[in-house]
Amino acid sequence: MSAPVHQYTLHHPKWYRRRVSVWWWLERRSYARFVLRELTCVFVALFALVTLWEVRAVVQGPEAHARFLTWLRSPFFLGFHAVALLAVLFHSITWFNLAPKAMVVRLKGKRMPDALVAGANYAAFALLSAAVAFLLLRR
Amino acid sequence: MPETVALTVTRYRPEREAEPTSQTYEVPFRKDWVVLDALNYIKDKVDGSLSFRWSCRMGVCGSCGMTVDGQPKLTCAAFLSDHLPGPVRVEPLRFFPVIRDLVVDIRDFMRKLEKVKPWIIRPEEKPLSEGEYRQTPDELDAYKPFSMCINCMLCYSACPIYGLEPSFIGPAAIALAQRYNLDSRDRGAAERLEILTGHDGIWQCTFVGECSAVCPKSVDPAGAIQRYKLTAAVNSLSALLPWGQR
Repeated sequence: MSAPVHQYTLHHPKWYRRRVSVWWWLERRSYARFVLRELTCVFVALFALVTLWEVRAVVQGPEAHARFLTWLRSPFFLGFHAVALLAVLFHSITWFNLAPKAMVVRLKGKRMPDALVAGANYAAFALLSAAVAFLLLRR
Repeated sequence: MPETVALTVTRYRPEREAEPTSQTYEVPFRKDWVVLDALNYIKDKVDGSLSFRWSCRMGVCGSCGMTVDGQPKLTCAAFLSDHLPGPVRVEPLRFFPVIRDLVVDIRDFMRKLEKVKPWIIRPEEKPLSEGEYRQTPDELDAYKPFSMCINCMLCYSACPIYGLEPSFIGPAAIALAQRYNLDSRDRGAAERLEILTGHDGIWQCTFVGECSAVCPKSVDPAGAIQRYKLTAAVNSLSALLPWGQR
């Protein structure tokens, strides 16, 4: 038996592939918002470093801790903490709004509405924040 | 209302040009015309060499997806009147290799679709004499939204992750995997686990959310991916526990 004369071959077109620009995240507002949300992690990391720094100061003694507290009152650190707070709030809010997408809660076979799932998250957030504030502010 | 409207259409003729160019056509404006009608007018009356895919004209077949004024859209559902005063920019779907004019190569998506086994998997079929596989309305609701996908690939074209990491299995394929995972008749979730949680699977997704925003069938692939992340995380955590099982 001889090999078939007409063999099927895949068509190989001359494709054009557009490269994704490094500025892709400026092409749409939703992309920019997404990149902004991802960048909030930088502030979380920096805040964690500041906290570790404080722990180090506490270990070094009351004098070092007092010096650390003076630094915290400087305009640079006040500014940093204001921006970090905004970043973390932005992250938390987008995260809570995402919760109903990831969690489908069923009660008696019926799917709970998205607002209720997100609302439960916000309620837990408020409750925990209040508990932390109570612990810190009581004298 | 204008008499005519201009369409700036991407042209790419690989035998002639190394890079795509654009060509502007003037077409009559009609209130009930969509971008696809305008393209068909060009093809029939102005320039027969223009290439594009289309079939049903009513948002069912999923073949006429293109980028209209920068947004991935089904051209059969994009009314010219929503894009006035023009010129309306019509480009091929982003992130896919272009074969000719507005026609893109969809093989990458077809391969990925096959990988997630989007069909009902059962270890064995029960005999016909036992009757059909019944589902309650609630069991149907669990997967129905994901079954509405028409494979139009708008979600891939909206996903910057797919653009940057072309190996990402992508929104529609994952949503369709979930369509079967959540089907009470299906037993194939374990078979899909490896591809979905592997290197190119769900963890590539960073929840930009644009896939769900552009979906013409409200499938919500972003939701499907986030839900599967939760399932996969619970799965791998329970595998670590001594009493847990995969």
